[in-house]
Amino acid sequence: MTLDDKVKQLKEKEIAVKLGGGEKAIEKQNAMGKMTARQRIDMLLDEGSFLETDLFIEHSAKDFGMESRVLHGDGVVTGTGTINGSVVCVFAQDFTVFGGSLGLSHARKITKIMDVALKMRVPMIGINDSGGARVQEGVGALAGYGEIFLRNTHASGVIPQISVILGPCAGGAVYSPALTDFVFVVEKISKMFITGPKIIESVLGEKISPEELGGARVHAETTGNAHFYAQNEKECFDQIKELISLIPANNEQLAETVEAREADTTTPITDIVPVDATKPYDIKDVIKSIADGGEFFEVMELFAKNIVIGFGRMDGNTVGFVANQPKVLAGVLDCDSSDKAARFIRYCDAFNIPLVTLEDMPGYLPGVDQEHAGVIRHGAKMLYAYCEATVPKITVILRKAYGGGYIAMNSRHMGGDFVFAWPTAEIAVMGPEGAANLIFAKDIAAAAPEEQEAVRQEKINEYKEKFANPFVAAGKGYVDAVIDPAKTRTCIIQALKVAENKYEERPPKKHGIAPF
Amino acid sequence: MENKNITLEVNGCVMQTESTKKYENRSKWSTPNPKHIKAFIPGTTQEVNVKAGDSLKKGDVMFKLIAMKMENLVVMPFDGVIKSVNVTNGSVLAKNFVMIEIE
Repeated sequence: MTLDDKVKQLKEKEIAVKLGGGEKAIEKQNAMGKMTARQRIDMLLDEGSFLETDLFIEHSAKDFGMESRVLHGDGVVTGTGTINGSVVCVFAQDFTVFGGSLGLSHARKITKIMDVALKMRVPMIGINDSGGARVQEGVGALAGYGEIFLRNTHASGVIPQISVILGPCAGGAVYSPALTDFVFVVEKISKMFITGPKIIESVLGEKISPEELGGARVHAETTGNAHFYAQNEKECFDQIKELISLIPANNEQLAETVEAREADTTTPITDIVPVDATKPYDIKDVIKSIADGGEFFEVMELFAKNIVIGFGRMDGNTVGFVANQPKVLAGVLDCDSSDKAARFIRYCDAFNIPLVTLEDMPGYLPGVDQEHAGVIRHGAKMLYAYCEATVPKITVILRKAYGGGYIAMNSRHMGGDFVFAWPTAEIAVMGPEGAANLIFAKDIAAAAPEEQEAVRQEKINEYKEKFANPFVAAGKGYVDAVIDPAKTRTCIIQALKVAENKYEERPPKKHGIAPF
Repeated sequence: MENKNITLEVNGCVMQTESTKKYENRSKWSTPNPKHIKAFIPGTTQEVNVKAGDSLKKGDVMFKLIAMKMENLVVMPFDGVIKSVNVTNGSVLAKNFVMIEIE
């Protein structure tokens, strides 16, 4: 046999294995509106950059007729490639092969590529499309999941880990994505749940569709499991590419610096924010008016919309924005918004991305449901995340900064490096109406009934005059500078420049006991 | 716009803002009634041996609630008379379903 013959043999073998579950199964997959594992990898990576590993892996299960079954690649495609030139590792479960079910060899292919990603310090992207544990392999499948979780956790905070849910992802399989940094879902395609609709119906008699139980929208909007929501797979891959361009490859690098661009000043920042603190506006317009190119890449857009988080660039460098959203629920802090912000802050801190906090919130949402849902412990997560973070931390107080929320939103007391306030800022223990009613209760009660309202108003005005401004806090040094709103972008960029070499030590420890 | 506009008062500050689905669907608090025995876990009832009018002592077993492959005993929380039994053998219950009312 000549070398040419051998190469020909190899190519034939490759073609057979790369067909996965066969043409019929591929047609079926495409008919469901889903791409195959290989089509997905091609769409995600730079053309021709995919270097496949472990193509010829086979399973070694012996029971229930498995000994005679050939499962190409054991139902998962793994390898490395580049996204706009940046190296990444990737795995994609192949639903056409035995429903993408996870057996031990399948899992070991995944853990092997995860080990490569961690050793090479490059991002790991996992595309999930699997019917779940391969029941024929019994506890071997469970072992496989466990070995993946271990690596997810060890790699956490060292390399970016991205999960893409492009099919079912149920039972034990959901926990690997949940341990990763960012979860991407696609309308009508992604399904995630611990217990599926069939079992729920048989145990409870509750009828629910997979879509309603754990579809893309549910996880993007209600559970907070998903960070990015797309209408189709193409849009999803574009989102991943944009994310990769904004974050560093590992925790010892900085995100790539690009050429600085002007912000979007079509609407001047002063026209966006009403002076009257009770009037709403969209904080995203403010972010766009200070970020390079007016570009803001929002994370968790649909979940806990009362806080806005995401990446943008300032003077060419990636920053993480954390901003109250007065448009939704008055921008209050609550269980979900604290949880959402806390995780993002920790992400930015782990990957050397400076934090820019835009503050305009009246405090924590009152209610029995909030108290009983644990707003204390969820709220504590955000305090912990801000206090723990050693990246540059800049805060701009636009209007309301009341009570506990003022402390929580990266105040100077908690280690904020620069705190700027607009002249419209109201930094106080509570809103003027509430404070006046409390402090001057006796004066108001002492007035004649017909005059009480006038006295109340007078006291509110008195309080407003005295405390509903940034100057009390500035007088104590809690605010570093009261700034002209039009200078917001310039001030943040200057502060970030000063903080470029920031170095802050923390007492040595194994790890903190974050309140999660 | 799917979200409705509401007025929200926080820390003495009254603001106009949009609501969210979760906020609209939040459960309203009501004081629990000790005379209502609710399903503490979703499950299926078995061996229902009590009926309205029965006089029971604290700790008496009323029936079993089978859930997560376990037989949970539903017992009388204090001495009393059963007002109504809202389950039969094999009832499939959601969490917090009122199974027994005590007079």
